Amino acid sequence: MIWNKKIECASRDEMAAIQSERLLSTVKRIYHNIPSYRAKMQEKGILPGDIKSVENLKDLPFTNKTDLRDNYPFGMFTVPMSEIVRLHASSGTTGKPTVVGYTRNDLQMWAEVVTRSLCMAGVHKNDIVQVAYGYGLFTGGLGLHYGTENLGATVIPISGGNTKKQIQLMQDFGSSVIACTPSYALFLSEALQEMGIDPESLNLRVGIFGAEPWSENMRKEIEAKLKIKAIDIYGLSEIVGPGVSCECTHQAGMHVNEDHFIPEIIDPENLQPVQPGEIGELVFSTVSKEGIPILRYRTRDLTRLIYDKCECGRTLVRMEKCMGRSDDMLIIRGVNVFPSQIESVLLEMSETEPHYLLIVERQGTLDILKIMVEVQEQFFSDEVRELEALRKKIRNNIQSTLGISVDVKLVEPKTIERTAGKAKRVIDNRKI
Amino acid sequence: MITKQVSVFLENKSGRLNEVTQILSDAEINISAFTIADTSDFGILRLIVSDPEKACEVLKQNQFSVKTTEVVLAKTPNQPGSLSKLLKVLSEGGSFIEYMYAFSMEQDSATIVIRPASIKKCMEILQSNKDNFLFQEGEFLL
Repeated sequence: MIWNKKIECASRDEMAAIQSERLLSTVKRIYHNIPSYRAKMQEKGILPGDIKSVENLKDLPFTNKTDLRDNYPFGMFTVPMSEIVRLHASSGTTGKPTVVGYTRNDLQMWAEVVTRSLCMAGVHKNDIVQVAYGYGLFTGGLGLHYGTENLGATVIPISGGNTKKQIQLMQDFGSSVIACTPSYALFLSEALQEMGIDPESLNLRVGIFGAEPWSENMRKEIEAKLKIKAIDIYGLSEIVGPGVSCECTHQAGMHVNEDHFIPEIIDPENLQPVQPGEIGELVFSTVSKEGIPILRYRTRDLTRLIYDKCECGRTLVRMEKCMGRSDDMLIIRGVNVFPSQIESVLLEMSETEPHYLLIVERQGTLDILKIMVEVQEQFFSDEVRELEALRKKIRNNIQSTLGISVDVKLVEPKTIERTAGKAKRVIDNRKI
Repeated sequence: MITKQVSVFLENKSGRLNEVTQILSDAEINISAFTIADTSDFGILRLIVSDPEKACEVLKQNQFSVKTTEVVLAKTPNQPGSLSKLLKVLSEGGSFIEYMYAFSMEQDSATIVIRPASIKKCMEILQSNKDNFLFQEGEFLL
């Protein structure tokens, strides 16, 4: 089923007309309400009147995560707080969290795009949807929740964790859809196996998986182990949360709800648009949001866009699974980790700059982050317990900063490769 | 006597110990004793050498993490009960030992390398118990 045929199957011209009209009003709204973005436009010599259609999108300045942080908490809002009915925020592992405010209309729009996504995934109103994404400031749980209700399906708002209960409710309530992170889906399948429960005995049919990178191989594994169709959903809190784009049952790229979020692909080096179909950094402009509209937000996710009509009949542009990041951010067990954060933890512990290397591995379904730290003169003690204490201290400090546990390995000085250019700080051995 | 022990940080990977001994050999430094304290990830090589300062210098030049630590060398008779006797004295005197190792090069004596929490205290205890350790006509302290 296609939830909003008029939009999802519109011709490219019709879509461009909708986007242009919405873009124009969004540019005006932002220009008049957000001083920092107005200054950026003025610096480029652009006035709202210069933006005539979606063709002019490329002339506008970018928005970065730092813009949101610099304006923490509400500086990017374009409506008074009296119109904001909900706040969500990122985890804030890299400093101040990024805060996003939704008006009543924003929440409706969000529910609409999630409903479209569920329909793309083959979910219908008779389904029972178990939402095992976290509820709270994180957008996953509540995003899927209101989309499911809007569709008219039944929602089980169980939130994340509590695996035994998840499985019990699957059995007792006959959940037909599970929404969670792909790694948790694998974890669930292992738990089922340990408990001796045949997935065929459950009513599960579809899984809606997002919030972390995952591969085609992982999809195959989840589909085989849980006996379901695994659908990829994409979103980021700065734009709207889940529902920015989602795969249809053909699983051939995620349809972007581009009447609300206009995607572009740029070269992350020179910031120019790439040729159609080429890989580059994904950039989004929201054109219907009231609370916190954003122009040309650099997601740092690398992907490409496919404009062909999909077999499902939708004309909405598709984005491929993200192939990596244009910055060095790692996603470890759902947590955003920048090597610079680990660096600053290490720097706080000593006068001298330590050399380090991050190695990410996937053991079973779990991401393991190993940190190799060089033992400099000032760290070195000839007593094992003191070196062990140092290792423990590094591990604890990183854990309290990042919120994830890591392995710390002490290595000899000068054994971590030095490069003249950008230091290679990360080796990602995960087969994603 | 008190001497300087040289400690080297080593990752657990093959060939590293060999590199250290090669560097010392090239610098014509003799190794009298050594021990390795190891964990699953790394080891600490502790050495008693003919020239600790020079050993430190050449190892640092080769980018090893090195440090020197003062240790006490005690000499005991090479016969049953002498280590036990030594430890009893130290323990009763309240000297806490971080680690120790020993070697026996001569027929009649053994050398114990002791890293006490307090060098001063350890020496005092050993000095004041000298008489208990007499073997043949000799000194037990090196």
